[in-house]
Amino acid sequence: MSDGAPVRTQGPRASSGTIMERSSPGRRSSAFAPLDVAEAGVPAEHQRTGAPELPQVAEIDLVRHYTMLSQQNYGVDTGPYPLGSCTMKYNPKVAETVAAFPGFQRAHPLQPEATVQGTLEMLWRLERALCEITGMARATMQPPAGACGEMTGLLIMRAFHADRAEEPPGARTKVLIPDAAHGTNPASVRLAGFEAVSVPSDDRGLVDVEALRGLVDDEVAGLMLTNPNTLGLFEERIEEITGLLHSVGALVYYDGANLNAIMGKTRPGDMGFDIVHINTHKTFATPHGGGGPGAGPVGVTERLAGYLPAPIVARDDDGTFRWDRDRPESIGRLHGFHGNVGVLVRAYAYVFGHGGDGLTEVSELAVVNANYLAARLAHAFPLAYPDAPPMHEFVSTAEALKRQTGIRAMDVAKRLIDLGYHPSTVYFPLVVDEAMMVEPTETESKQTLDAMADAFLQAAEEARSDPDLLHDAPVTTPVRRLDEARAARHLKLRWDAGDPST
Amino acid sequence: MLATIGCSSIDELFAQIPPSVRLDRPLAIPDGVSEMELAADLRALARRNRSADDLVCFAGGGAYDHYVPSVVWALAGRSELYTSYTPYQPELSQGVLQILFEYQSMICELTGLEVSNASLYDGVTALVEAVHMTIGGERSRVLVSAGVDRRAVEALRTAGQGAGYEPESFEGEPPVTDDVAAVVVQHPNVYGVLEPARERFAAAHAGGAAAIQIFDPLSLGVLAPPGELGADIAVGEGQCLGNHLNYGGPYLGIIAGRMADVRKLPGRIVGETVDVEGRTGYVLTLQAREQHIRRDKANSNICTNQTLMAIAAAVYLAWLGPEGLAELGRQCVSKTAYAAQALTALPGVSHAFAGEASFKEVALRLPRPATEVIDAMVDRGFLAGVAMPQAGDDVLVIALTERRSRGEIDAFVEAMGEVLAS
Repeated sequence: MSDGAPVRTQGPRASSGTIMERSSPGRRSSAFAPLDVAEAGVPAEHQRTGAPELPQVAEIDLVRHYTMLSQQNYGVDTGPYPLGSCTMKYNPKVAETVAAFPGFQRAHPLQPEATVQGTLEMLWRLERALCEITGMARATMQPPAGACGEMTGLLIMRAFHADRAEEPPGARTKVLIPDAAHGTNPASVRLAGFEAVSVPSDDRGLVDVEALRGLVDDEVAGLMLTNPNTLGLFEERIEEITGLLHSVGALVYYDGANLNAIMGKTRPGDMGFDIVHINTHKTFATPHGGGGPGAGPVGVTERLAGYLPAPIVARDDDGTFRWDRDRPESIGRLHGFHGNVGVLVRAYAYVFGHGGDGLTEVSELAVVNANYLAARLAHAFPLAYPDAPPMHEFVSTAEALKRQTGIRAMDVAKRLIDLGYHPSTVYFPLVVDEAMMVEPTETESKQTLDAMADAFLQAAEEARSDPDLLHDAPVTTPVRRLDEARAARHLKLRWDAGDPST
Repeated sequence: MLATIGCSSIDELFAQIPPSVRLDRPLAIPDGVSEMELAADLRALARRNRSADDLVCFAGGGAYDHYVPSVVWALAGRSELYTSYTPYQPELSQGVLQILFEYQSMICELTGLEVSNASLYDGVTALVEAVHMTIGGERSRVLVSAGVDRRAVEALRTAGQGAGYEPESFEGEPPVTDDVAAVVVQHPNVYGVLEPARERFAAAHAGGAAAIQIFDPLSLGVLAPPGELGADIAVGEGQCLGNHLNYGGPYLGIIAGRMADVRKLPGRIVGETVDVEGRTGYVLTLQAREQHIRRDKANSNICTNQTLMAIAAAVYLAWLGPEGLAELGRQCVSKTAYAAQALTALPGVSHAFAGEASFKEVALRLPRPATEVIDAMVDRGFLAGVAMPQAGDDVLVIALTERRSRGEIDAFVEAMGEVLAS
């Protein structure tokens, strides 16, 4: 292992079983103040008869069990996490502190507006900043994640077309999506009642504009695109693309997955996009939480603002804030309350902590770091599309390595684990064979990038000199490669007291 | 670094951006500030709120002031967990995966159902996803009990714009015909009333429709679980399980169902398996259901979920244990009964739904508009409850968690008496 590589110590091995197996009848952590009113019950026909088999453990059992499990997990705080398309940057600790201020953390979602002016002002300021970053007019904070943001945007698209008197209702049935797009795009399109139509990439990895021209007609409701695109490349002909869609009355949706590359450099609104979703858990460093919570604010241009989910924060002339519920064109509600406000406080801390100058620098460093790492890896893992320089992430291919040694991208990924790193994304996007999608983010230093590059290169070298190191990897983890086929074939999705195999 | 890349300036790396779309000015956001300045800004904003920390909280309506024990976030707040991504590399993610497996197990125990996923965004999303599991073929109508939270109905109406259905409200016996996909009952309902869920679900099944119950996880120490009542799918808001109020999110969408429907279940599911040496381990499984594999054929577009909230819920449920769950339920029922009795003794106050049993919420009819009363009670130090305009401007729903003491309830009743008399 190179100097500067992280030293990761593993916790105890996974041998102590589940919390249910630590259970012992009569043990208990919880305690309440004694009941100080007359005891009442529910009618017999509603009563539960048998108690659920929840764990019976003391608090120390809980603490040891879940501390042990946390030690069997790798996070950004553990080490570098160059997972392409996921933007695993450092999550500043101040965000945790401010989100835990009781005024935020203990606010009830249905409190009178006069008692939550601080939260409403925070949401208002954040909305203004996100609109400035993306070039949009208004934004909703309601979607709790990117996929819900997509659904929001597509329903806005749907409502916009339905309101166009000059067109027969339901005439627009298709939404165009690049072939390299994330799976949520086509899934959201179908759930929004449209048909997903794939747009091919050209041999440079960009949208094939000539093919797009052939697909654009008056049945198209819109196009969904990231820019930089899923291959990490900037769509240079973006104005032509958005213009093409607008020429037939269609809308263009910006998937904010790759916003980290362009802050302060260009804005989706300036490129001609009409609708933008933002993943705060990517660009604005709100912790991924092991797979959520996220937040997926959606911004739109002025002409679409009426369709945003209601309610939306409004500021009155006297400086007070309120929820504007009187929005007759709104597509409605997508979340039980106001979205993941606790996540949005953290996004606010990131945006205003960095400021306009800091956010611009974030994008610059993200792009420098990705290009540096790509250059260091190029001879072993060439770029899948080398004609254009990548932005904040890049897609390499292990196709040549596989051809020469039989070692696959997945084997390289597993070897990186033994070398102390979380692997890059592998086998995505689907259009690249043996894809390795790498996104170092701006928060890693040159020392870390060099050490990480050395690990990738070491793995490529070992593929030739000692391939079993890669076939067998990982060996330093609490468990080694897991039998995923067996998991799907012999479904065991819960602990069962009666099952002798547990 | 630029030399290694082979360029002479950072600007060169942005050269693919056409000049016509470049931002030719700095972002109009103030320059960055130090942590201490930032914290001061946010502290000032937070102090402009009067939260459940300042006001005694009798508000519910889907979000509740249950006690969050210290151990929950001491553990869920460990940064190895909260700074990790979705566990796609299982060897590096056994912590999150095993906790989610334990969460799924506890949700099954709680609900009396066979399978749970690893969480959804919130209770309302869980309902939308449950309904989408049931729609297909000739069955596309969705019958929703009048006792279901209107926010949930609104979210169904939004989702139905794309999926092609319009939720229909029913009271009493659901009119189940052969084009009905699902019957949705909230039990306890939005007014706190215990519904005849068994009968409603039997009617759903008699007509060939699926039965979906919206449940309160913390009611299940005292109330019969959804699986026993005949629900095919149970969905709930898991905020009450160790998660803070957070002004409405991040919360926890719970969904559980029957094993026969496991391939229709949305979102991530964790399964147990073995590694190459035969050791027990955990992985995300049945991924062929999901959007990243099936793309436009997927049942759901859900990608990110609420893993961290599910971790908190697992720790909380293990803290609670079966006895704690039952005791908490008894406290809620008893305090609700006590408060309801005292409040309905005030002049002009009555049960909005007379004679019905409650769990932890009760709907009261007041002699004044509920929103006026709520505002006046803030001045006296209380979040008095939630207005329910769909039942009448004079209807207030109050919630009693295990946290509310007799002293607080008595003070609340006294203040309500003053406000209503003024």
